[in-house]
Amino acid sequence: MARFHTLYNAIQVTGPVEDELPIEGSTFGGRVGKPFHSKLLGLIGETQVFPVYLGITGMLSLVCGFIAIEIIGLNFLAAVDWNVVRFIKMLPFLAIQPPPAKYGLTLFPPLAEGGWWLLAGFFLTASILLWWVRMYRRARALGMGTHVAWAFASAIWLYLVLGFIRPICMGSWSEAVPFGIVEHLNWTATFSVRYGNLYYNPFHMLSIVFLYGSTLLFAMHGGTVLSVAPFGGEREAHEISDRGTSVERAGCFWRWTMGFNANFESIHRWIYWFAILTTITGGIGILITGTLVDNWFLWGVKHGIAAEYAPIAGRPDILPPGMIKLPSLATPEGFR
Amino acid sequence: MALLSYEAKYRVRGGTLIGGDLFDFWVGPFYVGFFGITTIFFSLLGTLLIIYGAAIGPTWALFKISINPPPISYGLGWAPLADGGLWQIITICALGAFCSWALRQVEIARKLGIGLHVPFAFSAAIFAYASLVVFRPMLLGAWGYGFPYGIMSHLDWVSNVGYQYLHFHFNPAHMIAVTCFFTTTFMLAMHGGEILSATNPGKGKTLKADLHESVYFRDTITYSIGELGIHRLGYFLAINAGVWSAICILISGPFWTRGWPYFMSFYLNLPIWDAYGFSGF
Repeated sequence: MARFHTLYNAIQVTGPVEDELPIEGSTFGGRVGKPFHSKLLGLIGETQVFPVYLGITGMLSLVCGFIAIEIIGLNFLAAVDWNVVRFIKMLPFLAIQPPPAKYGLTLFPPLAEGGWWLLAGFFLTASILLWWVRMYRRARALGMGTHVAWAFASAIWLYLVLGFIRPICMGSWSEAVPFGIVEHLNWTATFSVRYGNLYYNPFHMLSIVFLYGSTLLFAMHGGTVLSVAPFGGEREAHEISDRGTSVERAGCFWRWTMGFNANFESIHRWIYWFAILTTITGGIGILITGTLVDNWFLWGVKHGIAAEYAPIAGRPDILPPGMIKLPSLATPEGFR
Repeated sequence: MALLSYEAKYRVRGGTLIGGDLFDFWVGPFYVGFFGITTIFFSLLGTLLIIYGAAIGPTWALFKISINPPPISYGLGWAPLADGGLWQIITICALGAFCSWALRQVEIARKLGIGLHVPFAFSAAIFAYASLVVFRPMLLGAWGYGFPYGIMSHLDWVSNVGYQYLHFHFNPAHMIAVTCFFTTTFMLAMHGGEILSATNPGKGKTLKADLHESVYFRDTITYSIGELGIHRLGYFLAINAGVWSAICILISGPFWTRGWPYFMSFYLNLPIWDAYGFSGF
């Protein structure tokens, strides 16, 4: 029968903590934290937590991140008159807005009118960029490739487009995303509608393809590796250089299913590119919205991709005041 | 071309669910099996019906072709072919093909003596599709609530149905589904990057493996979930992305008819806020 025991560890074996590896190059602070075993984490993964490398960029990143969260949190508290209960109640709805459009790209607007937003954004960005340096340097210090850092860079690209590059192209910080739980969702929905529905944007389409494709690939890859785990298939790095029966069965499974199979190294190239292209294409899609294209629906009409529908019988051909009748829907040829 | 160097020894008989030895053979790299035959039947018929639907429709422009479900007035009955009947048969074909594909994966997994994790995960995706075009229309009482089959028209449907509930981001199951999609992709980037960085350390450097992978993530983020654990986590997140997507659309309409922002007002109206004198927004 099906072997679903690979879904969690029924038996946990704990031994001595793993060896520490030497760090190449200079160190600052070194590794800290006394290693311990967690039974809860051991249900699905490794048991050992710590030690963690401290390092100058990591510590600076944490300090900058702390400052950003402090600015956001204290602004939220001020917005509810420093009342803790109201803070808890309103937390999902509180937000720091970027400066209003009249300030353009001013670096020092009044604090209450977007100044705090700029400060929080500055420290959050500094924190993220320092963390990127940390991810890069830790890989080098262990003599590994820097692939994780570059994947992180693709996410930072989307973040910078939303809060920095596109606002600069548009000439106003007011174009950026506010800091707030519900507010950033409202911003996203409004942004889409403001530019004629983002799903006509081809780069938005690509980004969703890669997002859903990543989820599909992780279901396929995770499922494949779990299904050959009884043969040691999870030891991927070993199996890449010394192929065993787990790799062969996994390969046969997909070859027989869909006529093609990746190998244990190439599947990680597939998943790596699918994941990082999600944010690369997403960033391009956001960057060209409002800068190059004003209305994605009209863009879709112009390029002949917007679907047309038969008019609903009995619907009066009168539009509410203020609405423009789109020539495309009535006479698509004339519009072209 | 058809055989990998190690493939021959795995091509053995057995493991079939239906048909015994009858369809137990390969065509090129593809395994056939009883469910391979049904997959071909359903997918071929469905594809041809889509092409037929396009032929009797107004356009051959690829992005504009749309096979629409029947108007709501047909309820849960059959509709004429040109008025949604095609959509109904294509839906049956799609479900037939997807289920055949999953069962064929089961047969292949049994033949190879490996777990059934992949077909199980695939069933979550089939469940999400069936929720959209079968379960929710049945709960709402008309096949017309299914989504149209067209590249742009299905996007229009998603957008329109979303705005019928004013702001779909406020749907709690939608929140969970989106979180699962983003987190899966995030974890996938880290996992793919990690394996590639261990096996491509740069010219003149030694290949790395599990210990270095663990130490890298412990050094940077205090914890490494491990080689087996990351696949459990990704598998779990990816399946949940599909399942919660299905739930988020199943509850929209059958179980919640107003805008989703109104649902969240329960939080603002919790009695505990009254106790502190902060009722309402």
